[in-house]
Amino acid sequence: MPTQVLMPALSPTMEEGTLAKWLVKEGDTVSSGDILAEIETDKATMEFEAVDEGVIGKILVSEGTEGVKVNDPIAIMLEEGESADDIDDDAAAPAPAADSAPDGKAPAEAEKPKGADAAPLEIKSNASPDWPEGTELQTQTVREALRDAMAEEMRADDTVYLMGEEVAEYQGAYKVSQGLLDEFGDKRVVDTPITEHGFAGLAVGAAFGGLKPIVEFMTFNFAMQAMDQIINSAAKTLYMSGGQMGAPMVFRGPNGAAARVAAQHSQDYAAWYAHIPGLKVVMPYSASDAKGLLKSAIRDPNPVIFLENELMYGHSFDVPVMDDFTIPFGKARIWKEGKDVTIVSFGIGMKYALEAAEKLAEEGIDAEVIDLRTLRPLDYDTVLASVMKTNRCVTVEEGFPVASIGNHLSAVIMERAFDYLDAPVLNCTGKDVPMPYAANLEKHALITTDEVIEAVKKVTYR
Amino acid sequence: MATRKTAAKPNVSADELKTYYHDMLLIRRFEEKAGQLYGMGLIGGFCHLYIGQEAVVVGLEAAADEGDKRVTSYRDHGHMLACGMDPNGVMAELTGREGGYSKGKGGSMHMFSKEKNFYGGHGIVGAQVPIGTGLAFADKYLGNDRVSFAYFGDGAANQGQVYESFNMAAVWKLPVIFVIENNQYAMGTSQKRSTSSPEIYKRGEPFGIPGEIVDGMDVLAVKAAGEKAVAHCRSGEGPYILEVKTYRYRGHSMSDPAKYRTREEVQNMREKHDPIEHIRQMLIDGKHATEEDLKEIDKSIKDVVNKSADFAKESPEPALDELWTDIYADVAPQDEDA
Ligand SMILES: Cc1ncc(C[n+]2csc(CCOP(=O)(O)OP(=O)(O)O)c2C)c(N)n1
Ligand SMILES: [Mg+2]
Repeated sequence: MPTQVLMPALSPTMEEGTLAKWLVKEGDTVSSGDILAEIETDKATMEFEAVDEGVIGKILVSEGTEGVKVNDPIAIMLEEGESADDIDDDAAAPAPAADSAPDGKAPAEAEKPKGADAAPLEIKSNASPDWPEGTELQTQTVREALRDAMAEEMRADDTVYLMGEEVAEYQGAYKVSQGLLDEFGDKRVVDTPITEHGFAGLAVGAAFGGLKPIVEFMTFNFAMQAMDQIINSAAKTLYMSGGQMGAPMVFRGPNGAAARVAAQHSQDYAAWYAHIPGLKVVMPYSASDAKGLLKSAIRDPNPVIFLENELMYGHSFDVPVMDDFTIPFGKARIWKEGKDVTIVSFGIGMKYALEAAEKLAEEGIDAEVIDLRTLRPLDYDTVLASVMKTNRCVTVEEGFPVASIGNHLSAVIMERAFDYLDAPVLNCTGKDVPMPYAANLEKHALITTDEVIEAVKKVTYR
Repeated sequence: MATRKTAAKPNVSADELKTYYHDMLLIRRFEEKAGQLYGMGLIGGFCHLYIGQEAVVVGLEAAADEGDKRVTSYRDHGHMLACGMDPNGVMAELTGREGGYSKGKGGSMHMFSKEKNFYGGHGIVGAQVPIGTGLAFADKYLGNDRVSFAYFGDGAANQGQVYESFNMAAVWKLPVIFVIENNQYAMGTSQKRSTSSPEIYKRGEPFGIPGEIVDGMDVLAVKAAGEKAVAHCRSGEGPYILEVKTYRYRGHSMSDPAKYRTREEVQNMREKHDPIEHIRQMLIDGKHATEEDLKEIDKSIKDVVNKSADFAKESPEPALDELWTDIYADVAPQDEDA
């Protein structure tokens, strides 16, 4: 029976791809493991292998086609002894629903990566702009902005270097360091063995010794291997040495949940690091913040934890075209002004905060949305001023609920703006469970826009 | 690559050879199916296939006894099938369904079976090595003669906790076999770019741990080395290191374009060193089996694998309540009079 070859999902976040090249033609006999085609995913060009043996009966999607959806038929395979005439119309039709999950929804569809590569959001900042009016803007992904920030700082200061697993020859596990090896060579873009505690400690020593290391953790889950060096060596030495020496360095990489990678690979460490005096902690949302804050982080004379997010790497935002664009730490950004409630968030939490604000606006609730951008230092003044205006506050973050950033903000607001509050501050967080793998459970473990909307309605008594 | 040993040939029975052929082919077909389901979006996240490395785990399981324990990394599907776990339960875990070994909560990288003494399925590179050492500590403490296998990769061999484990295992003479599955790459980093002295099996020497290098594309050589290591551990002599040279045919995980090696390199391993083809040839050449016999085996495996895929698709998603279970074990009620 002729069988369909379907467009494969070749990465955890892929929804569609480009069929770059066919390596077989109609009539070719292929066996399991043969390369059929090259497919460009959201991250890389991948080879697509045959799983079964057979003959290529018909190619349905010609090479060069962009935006081919995962699971669309791209070719028809024939078994031994069949001919192209055996291909009926059914075989070329979209995949049948037989392979779908019990609820009738294909899992691929049911668990769309949370907003990967979506269009830029409509809401624009209208308060305290980070660049002069009239500055030329370009659209960039968060990934590109981070790379440019590192490249610019490496050009400006040759004591800045990058080290981590797969940062050089592989161009970064998530392609953030793409092109840096070519430009700066292997003295300054250093592939390490898988030995996080070792290379983090080594980088602390290099920082003591006069360099400005950027340490990339493939993800922050693996920084737990290096936790002692980050906290006990990097964060505390300036204090312990009475100010003689510290660790001017950046620890950066993706933090938080990706898509379906389960408990050991899905955790938000924002609150963990924010707990530590001696560390600065940055968690950008937009591409311009990623760029401006990373440049500031590299220049900062302290150890900076720079928390990125894999799901945000492919998102595009406006980034100013400037010779030297930086954003100072400790300055929150008001994404949307409003009078009814203050929603405070940071990092990928902003996605839920902004979506909620947009939907609430349709219902006549005017939310002010604040992106903290840096958690240490934290811009309490902006938050407090807003709460004094709106008298209500909801915090949004992906991390666990206990001892969260939201808990901390609630305490500060209670101490300093108690008389202004018309409702308790509510914290929206991830659930108090390790991240499950199953698609349906993962969705429930994460924070959702609906939960933010619900919390806002509670504090506004709607 | 170590050269292929055939010395073990004369004293292997036809049945044994057929068993190895079957067990390795089951892993390969299972992994091919898993790759296919990933492509269809039925499996998500990270998925690391074991294709090419089948002889390692099948050879060592042949050397293990009932009650021996094993722990490994995220590249764990082969280990689970080889120690007798049910393909249906493994595949359903891959699709994140109720019928999976972890009720869908662990996924490809995190599966466990108390019944089969399989202790996971660990996602943090190197973390399973002290855990395997601890399994052996418990066995010695409890006074049984079980042996534990701690599997890890050439990349993991650079983690500090591996050497902390070597030291403790040697000091306390723990019955643990450290199995380095040296497939020559850690993601995109070849062993020679990351590792100062490539002979990992010698790294136990300063701790007084004997080590051996083994051709991991030859199941018989692996089994022979495994038997020696097991005998050493079981007799109370302490730990043993096996560096098993192998090769993964596929990318590191499903999203690895694998540009760090040539297609020729992969083809050469597939065509000249394939562990399954090797045993197949021995079966045919030694007239232990006919092409027909082998086709029969192939077919039965295909059925098992297809069934596991059907099961994994049909098994329902876990109930939403499962989000909140298994976070803490229940505390036994205290006896009030005590
Ligand atoms: C502590 C830690 N660092 C990094 C990673 C990301 N990572 C996953 S697998 C891998 C390569 C491991 O290679 P190796 O030990 O040779 O095992 P193989 O994948 O070849 O079986 C890396 C870097 C991780 N999971 N854990
Ligand atoms: Mg390896």
